[in-house]
Amino acid sequence: MRRPGDDPVSPATVASRIDIRATTPTRSPDANPGSRAADWLDRQAGTIFIAPAVTVVLLFSIFPLLASAWLSLTRFSLQAGGYELSFVGALNYRKLIAGSQQFHLLGTAGEMAAGTWVALVAAHALLAWALLRSLRRRQAYAQAAPRAPQAATAVLTLACGLVAALLSPLGPFAAAAQSARDALDLPWFAWLLIAFAVLVVAAVAARALGAPARISGLVGRQLAGSVWLLVALVAAGTAGGQQGSLLTTLFYVVGGVALQFALGLGLALLCAQPIRGRNLFRLSFFLPLMVTPVGIAYMFRMLADMGVGPFAPVARLLGLGAVTWAQNAWSARWVVLAGDTWQWVPFIFIVLLAAIEGQPRDQLEAAQLDGAPSWRIFRDITWPAIAPTAAAVVLIRLIEAFKIVDLPNVLTNGGPGIATESMTLHAFIDWRSLNLGGSAAVAYLLLLVSTLMAVSFFHFVVRPARGEPAA
Amino acid sequence: MNRRSISLWATVACAAAIGMPGAQAQTKAYAGVTLNVMTFTGPQIAEPLQRRGKEFEAATGAKVNVITVPYSDLYQKLLTDWSTGTNSIDAAILAPQWMPDYVGFLEDLSPRVKADTKLREDDVAPFFREFSQKYGGKTYTVTLDGDFHIAYYRTDVLAKLGRKPPQTWDEYLDIAKAAHGKDFGDGKPIVGSCIAKKRNAQSFWMITSVAGAFLQAKGTSEGAFFDPATMKPLVNNDAFARALEIYKETGKYGPPNEINMDVGDTRTLFVSGGCALTVDWGDIGPLAVDPKASKVVDKVGALMLPGTTRVLDRASGKLVACDATRCPHAVNGVNRAPFAAFGGWSGAINAKAKPQAKDAAYALFSYMSQPEQSNADVTVGATGFNPYRQSQFKDMGPWKKAGMSDKAAKDYLGAIQDSLNSPNMVLDLRIPFNQRYQQVALDTAMARFLAGELDVKGTMKNIEDTWNELNDELGKAKQQAAYKASIGAK
Repeated sequence: MRRPGDDPVSPATVASRIDIRATTPTRSPDANPGSRAADWLDRQAGTIFIAPAVTVVLLFSIFPLLASAWLSLTRFSLQAGGYELSFVGALNYRKLIAGSQQFHLLGTAGEMAAGTWVALVAAHALLAWALLRSLRRRQAYAQAAPRAPQAATAVLTLACGLVAALLSPLGPFAAAAQSARDALDLPWFAWLLIAFAVLVVAAVAARALGAPARISGLVGRQLAGSVWLLVALVAAGTAGGQQGSLLTTLFYVVGGVALQFALGLGLALLCAQPIRGRNLFRLSFFLPLMVTPVGIAYMFRMLADMGVGPFAPVARLLGLGAVTWAQNAWSARWVVLAGDTWQWVPFIFIVLLAAIEGQPRDQLEAAQLDGAPSWRIFRDITWPAIAPTAAAVVLIRLIEAFKIVDLPNVLTNGGPGIATESMTLHAFIDWRSLNLGGSAAVAYLLLLVSTLMAVSFFHFVVRPARGEPAA
Repeated sequence: MNRRSISLWATVACAAAIGMPGAQAQTKAYAGVTLNVMTFTGPQIAEPLQRRGKEFEAATGAKVNVITVPYSDLYQKLLTDWSTGTNSIDAAILAPQWMPDYVGFLEDLSPRVKADTKLREDDVAPFFREFSQKYGGKTYTVTLDGDFHIAYYRTDVLAKLGRKPPQTWDEYLDIAKAAHGKDFGDGKPIVGSCIAKKRNAQSFWMITSVAGAFLQAKGTSEGAFFDPATMKPLVNNDAFARALEIYKETGKYGPPNEINMDVGDTRTLFVSGGCALTVDWGDIGPLAVDPKASKVVDKVGALMLPGTTRVLDRASGKLVACDATRCPHAVNGVNRAPFAAFGGWSGAINAKAKPQAKDAAYALFSYMSQPEQSNADVTVGATGFNPYRQSQFKDMGPWKKAGMSDKAAKDYLGAIQDSLNSPNMVLDLRIPFNQRYQQVALDTAMARFLAGELDVKGTMKNIEDTWNELNDELGKAKQQAAYKASIGAK
C-alpha cells in the first residue's frame, strides 16, 4: 500500500542513503578532507547565507530595546560638550510605581464605594472564569473527560489574588501590604521573587490537581492574571480619586476598541446589504482613515470649541454654549475617545466588510430559504465566518490604541490636570524635558502592559473561543 | 564630506552654471556659507528670521536655512543635536532661560559683542545686557526680543465702571468681577479676565506672575523660586497659597473652557474684544492696534503686573504687611514684582560650528538686533519681538507708523519700561534642568490644581516635594550655586 507522496524507492537506495549519513560523522579514514569540508559547507550553506540578514535584523530590533532598557536604569545629565548617563538602578521605576510620580502613572487614591468592592469581586470572578475557560480543552473533554479543572482554577485564582494583594502599590490592600512588607524589611526585588515563587508553587499544585497544561503555561497565565488584578486594584483604589496615565490609556484602549468594533461591525453589516449608492457609503466611511491623526486632533479641537468653533452657534441654540467639557476629567476623556473613534472605525469597518462579503453564500442562502431570523443567521453563519478576521483586527487595534498620543496632546495637552494623558504622552512629556530615564521607564511599562494585553487577549479570549488546546 | 561642504560645492556648481550672479557672489563676505539656524515653528520669531535672513543673504551671500520645530521640542532637539556631536545646527534663536543647560555648547560671544560697534550694545536695556545675555560673566547670546509679563486692561470698560487700573491683585479680581458678563458696547457680554490656564502651555509662568509680588520684596537677588540661602522651595507658604487662590479665582470671571486655553487663545480673545483684563507678554501692544485683527484699537491700556500690600515673611511662612524695611521698593505701600517670564528670544551660536559659519551667524544676529532693523521689527505684532532697547522707548516714530496713538504708545511702552527699570524684577528660574522644575513639575501641579484634583495644600506640598526631590537628584549644591549665580545672591 502506498500513500500519496511516497517516493518509489527500492530498499537498496534507502540503504545507500543511510550509508552516506553514517559515513560523514564517523570520519572514515579514506574520505577526502577537502570534500568533507565542502560537504559541511554545503549543509551549512543555508545558515551561512541567511546569517548576516538575521544578525542585521536582530540588531535593528533588539538594539533599541536594549538601549532603552539601559536608559531606563540611568539618569541623564549634561556635561560641557556632551552628556553623561549615571546608573541609578530601578529608581525611575520605583518613582513611578511607589514614589513621587505614582500619581502620574497610577493615580491618587480616593474613598472606596460599595459598588467598587462589588466591581473588584466581579473582576476576580472574571479572572477565575477566564482561567477555567482557558484550561478546558474541548477536544480532550469530548474524548477522555479528564478530571474537572475547577479545583486547579481555584488554586490559580487564589494565588493571583494573593500576589496582587501582596504587591499592590495602590488600592484597598495597599496599606496592609505596605505594613507587611515593612515588617519583614526585605529589598523590593525579594518581594518580586517571593511572588514568583508563590506562582510556581500554585502552578505545581494546579498541575497535580489535573490542570491540562504545562507548568510554564500555568505560571504565564498567573503572571498575566496577577497583573490584571493589580490593575483592577489600582482602578478600585483610584475610582474615588484621580486616575493616572495607565488607567487613562486602558480606557482609550478597551473603551475605544470596543466602541470602534461595535460601530465598525454595524456599519459593515449595513454596507453589505444590497442598498442603493452603497459604494458612496463605503468610500465616505473609509475616508477618515486617510487623515493624519494630528489633522484629526486639530479638527476636533476646532469642532469642540464651544466659544468660537463652527458648531458654537448650534451649541448655543441647544443651550449647550456654556458646556465646559474641558473642565471635567471624564468628559474630556470622552472627547478624546470620540476623535480616536472617528479615525479608527473605518479600519475595522473595511476589514470586517471584506470578511462579511467573503462568508459562504450557500449557507446564507440555505438559511434564508429556511426562513431563519436574521439574528440567527448572524449568530450561526456570519459570526463564525468573520470571527478569525475580527480577532485579528481587534488585536491590531489593541496594539495600535496603546500608542495614542496626538489626540490628547493637541486637544487638551493632557489636561484637565492629567486626566487625558496617555502613557505615550506621559513618556513624551518626560522626554521633552530631557528626563530620558523616567521617559524610558514609562515606555518600558507601556511595552509590558501592551504585550500582556495582546497575549492575554489571545490566550484568554481567542484561543478558548476557537476551542484550541491550552499551551 | 559634511553637509556644509556639499552645499558649498553645490553653490560653486550653480555659480558656474549661471555665470554672472556667481561671479558676483564670490565677492561677498560670506559667499558659499550655508547657515542652519533653528528656532520654533512660527509665525513669530521664524518670520523675522526668514525675512531678515533673505536680506542678509542678499548682502553677504550667506544662505540662511531656517529650521523650525514646535516650541515644546526646541529645547530638547537642539540639545540632542549638540550634545551627541551631530552638530547639524550652526546657530539658534532660543530662550536664554535654558542657558545653564546649553552653556557648554555655546560660543562665547563676549569679544565679538565688545568689538561690534553697529550693535549699539549701550542702547540695549541693562537687564538684557547685564543679565539675560550673560552666564558666569560671559556673553553667550544676542538679545532679539524683550519678554515680560504685563497686565492689560480695556480703557473703555474701566471708564464705564468708574475704576482705575488695578494696582493690586485684589483690585484686579474686583474689576474682573464687576466687568464679568456685562455688555460694554461690543454687542455681546465680555468676560472679566482671560489668563492662560492650559496644561503644557504657559500656566507655570502665569502663577509666578501672580505669586512674584507676594514672594519677593527686597529686589531681584532675594529670589522668588528658592530661598538662596537654603535652597528651600518658596512654594509651601501663605504667600504661594494666596497666589494659587487668586489664580484660580480669575478663572471664575474667565471664559468657559479657560482651562483649555493657552496664551494664543486668550490673546485672540482679548484683541477681539472678549475680555476686560488679561496678563500677557508684550505682544498684545502691537496686535491691539492692528486694524485687521483687533476690535479694540486705542481701547487698551497696559501696566506693570499688579502687586500686594502683604508679603511673605520667610521665617514664619506667613503674610505680613509691607513697611519700609520689608518692602523697600514698594510704591504707596504696594509691593510689585514684574516677572521676566521666559526672558526674550536670543540668538546663540554652536561652539562646534565651522569658524566661517560662526562669523556669519554672529553677523546675522547682529544685523537683526541693530536698531535700524529691530526698532521696526518690535512694532510689528507678527514678529513676536518686543522692545528691549532704550531707543525703542524714546523714539515714537515707528510705533506711530504701526498705528498706535500717542497715548497708547506711551501707555504700552511705559508699562514695559517700568517693569524693566524695576529693581524688584523676578528673574525666571535659570538652573540646570529648569524645564523639569517648571514645565513638568510646576505645570503638572498647576493643571491638577486648576482641574480640582488637588487642593491648595496638596498642590503646594506636591510642588515642594517634587522640587526637593529634583534638587537631591540633580545635586543640591550644584543647583544652589547656579541659582545664586543667576540672581546675583551673595
